[in-house]
Amino acid sequence: MSGYGIEDLVYILPIVFLLVWALVLVLVEAFTKRPDVTMLLAAFGLLAAVTLSVIQFGTEATAFKEMLTVDGYAVFVYMLVLASGLLSLGLAYDYNRRMGWARGEYYILMLFSIAGAMLMASAANLIVVFLALELLSIPLYVMAAFVPNDASSEEAGLKYFLLGAFAGGFVLYGVALIYGATGATNLMDVVAAALGTNSPVMLLTGAALILVGLGFKVALVPFHMWTPDVYQGAPTPVTAYMAVVAKAGGFAALFRVFIAAFPSVSADLTPVIATLVVLTLVVGNVAALAQKNIKRMLAYSSISHAGFLMMAFVTYGSALYADAVTSLLFYLLAFTVTSFGSWAVVIALEKAEGKGLDFEDYAGLGKKYPMLSAAMLVFLLSFAGVPPTLGFAGKFFLFRTVLEAGYAWLAIVGVIMSLVSAFYYLRVVRFMYFEQGDPEVRSEPVLNLVTAITVVGTIFLFLFSGPLLAWASEAVLALI
Amino acid sequence: MVAIEYYVILSAILFTLGIVGVLIRRNAIVIFMSIELMLNSANLAFIAFARQYNELNGQVFVFFVMTVAAAEVAVGLALMVTIFRTKHSIDVDQLSSLKG
Amino acid sequence: MSLNLIFFLLLALIAVLSAVGLLASRSALYSALYLIINFATVAVMYLTLHAPFIAIVQITVYAGAIMVLFLFVIMLLGAEHIGSLHPQRWFLPLALVLGILLLAEAIIIIFTQPNLLPEAQVISSDFGSPKAIGELLFNQYLLPFEATSILLLVAMIGAIVLTKPEKK
Repeated sequence: MSGYGIEDLVYILPIVFLLVWALVLVLVEAFTKRPDVTMLLAAFGLLAAVTLSVIQFGTEATAFKEMLTVDGYAVFVYMLVLASGLLSLGLAYDYNRRMGWARGEYYILMLFSIAGAMLMASAANLIVVFLALELLSIPLYVMAAFVPNDASSEEAGLKYFLLGAFAGGFVLYGVALIYGATGATNLMDVVAAALGTNSPVMLLTGAALILVGLGFKVALVPFHMWTPDVYQGAPTPVTAYMAVVAKAGGFAALFRVFIAAFPSVSADLTPVIATLVVLTLVVGNVAALAQKNIKRMLAYSSISHAGFLMMAFVTYGSALYADAVTSLLFYLLAFTVTSFGSWAVVIALEKAEGKGLDFEDYAGLGKKYPMLSAAMLVFLLSFAGVPPTLGFAGKFFLFRTVLEAGYAWLAIVGVIMSLVSAFYYLRVVRFMYFEQGDPEVRSEPVLNLVTAITVVGTIFLFLFSGPLLAWASEAVLALI
Repeated sequence: MVAIEYYVILSAILFTLGIVGVLIRRNAIVIFMSIELMLNSANLAFIAFARQYNELNGQVFVFFVMTVAAAEVAVGLALMVTIFRTKHSIDVDQLSSLKG
Repeated sequence: MSLNLIFFLLLALIAVLSAVGLLASRSALYSALYLIINFATVAVMYLTLHAPFIAIVQITVYAGAIMVLFLFVIMLLGAEHIGSLHPQRWFLPLALVLGILLLAEAIIIIFTQPNLLPEAQVISSDFGSPKAIGELLFNQYLLPFEATSILLLVAMIGAIVLTKPEKK
């Protein structure tokens, strides 16, 4: 093997470690058949990977013959995704057992999926983007269908699979067209070829197709068709994981591909993207208003947040590169913390066979479980963008960037839609505090820990918004 | 070999037919077959471009795509078998227990 | 009208017709068989494009393994009888119209825009040979290669987890 050195391995050590660890766990699970053990080992593996990622922060390198880039941006996403994995494990710990179908393979598949998301953030070659997308998604298809003999779960898995495979087809054809336009799949070479381009049409079409494909993955409108069904039918910890990590991986790759490889194309595509953003915000929020099931409501809310995340992209076209990517990363962080928190509360109230998931089941929560409902209140406020939460900071910085880029109308749409979203978020609050009821809550140490961590994160990290933003901007510098 | 335009157009036609198939068919297996058609058409484009540029990258990429397709097929068909066991149907219009 | 062109058009016709057959057939079994024809046709095209290795892999993996798996599942589930093709009323015409428009646009662009597609380069005699591909695969593309192997493992685990009953 000419041309490879030990430093290649060192640069991508977090990913390699996670993959090797997952392989070891396959054997462990095969011989001990104890899901608890596998879960603890998986958590340990994730923590180790976090440590390795922290060490990586500050390096800027390409590895494996320019297949991967390791820079601050990638490491930021690594940590976000690894933290999501840990939180998901916390959510799944009791849930899987309680529902009666705990299996070690669940945690192993999750580790592989996380590795896929990390690869997506680091991809410097379109081939790796495609493969990483599949590595991220295929375990999710299985995890969504994990509940045995449950029609909803299996249906969710199938629908997610068909949707994901369809999306992959678009991404692939887009890559094919870009290859046809530039003769390369390596992002560096694509940039070089695109500058002296003689076929912008094919390049543009290819980029657009990749946008469509990844748009399916992060649930932008009009590519969101089956997303609410999938979120509702999949086991809740899987939904929580999907909502965050599919977006994180998808957006990370999307930004890197477009910003690194298609600076000029990004400017051309801006009106299209702005339209997608508006559609997503409107449809996501309006549809959420009509929901009575909390999982579906959070699914549509998640779709609307994908719209907000995409808004960061619009600003790129007007040369505010650093701010555009920084606002994306920061909003992603805010969304991650808030989202996991809200799903933790949903799990606490969920009972077997899909019960305990309607708004009515939250009635009287304020009186009987004040801490839990206070936590939920915080999460809902953060989703809506009310201070002093991290969600507010995320939206604030995002809208400010959008304004500075000259898209005042878009910022206004964003603010209006945030106000609309407050309606359905506060509806849950109304049920919690102003309706009578006798809810049952599952109080379990790990779950409570997750809830506590995310609540603290949502409020206290808000106080640290400044340093966090600075960290995110620093992460971005290498990208541009 | 023939001018590359023809191959690209053929690949575009097959890709479009694949998309149409996904949109109009209800049987999950046939939908999946349409997706395979889409992947296949992309492969054709890759090989054609590889020939044009005298770059083997395209062919290597097709190799990977085939592997990915095989992996997807394994999981997808397993999902369909599981659903069929529970519901005795793989008609996606009948998969409506999740409407809300 | 060179012989090459006629040959290509024949193959293209078969490919398109088999794809249409896939879409229009009432039986999932026939659709699968049409798809096999499509794959075989494309494999022949790969041969004309100097991709002998890929052509053989197409036959072996796609037509030989993947489609056989499809056929197994179709026959196992008895899914070849799927009733009539009733899409939403307006889907079919809409999809066809949009598809034709898109294609027409693509064709016009391809033929009228100059410099859209690259010029044909001269290729070496072992272009597309297993040796050349192997060299690329294990040197340049080592990471994707390893990632693909992991992907296959994940798919295996997934398929087994889904279908193997848990013994309690």
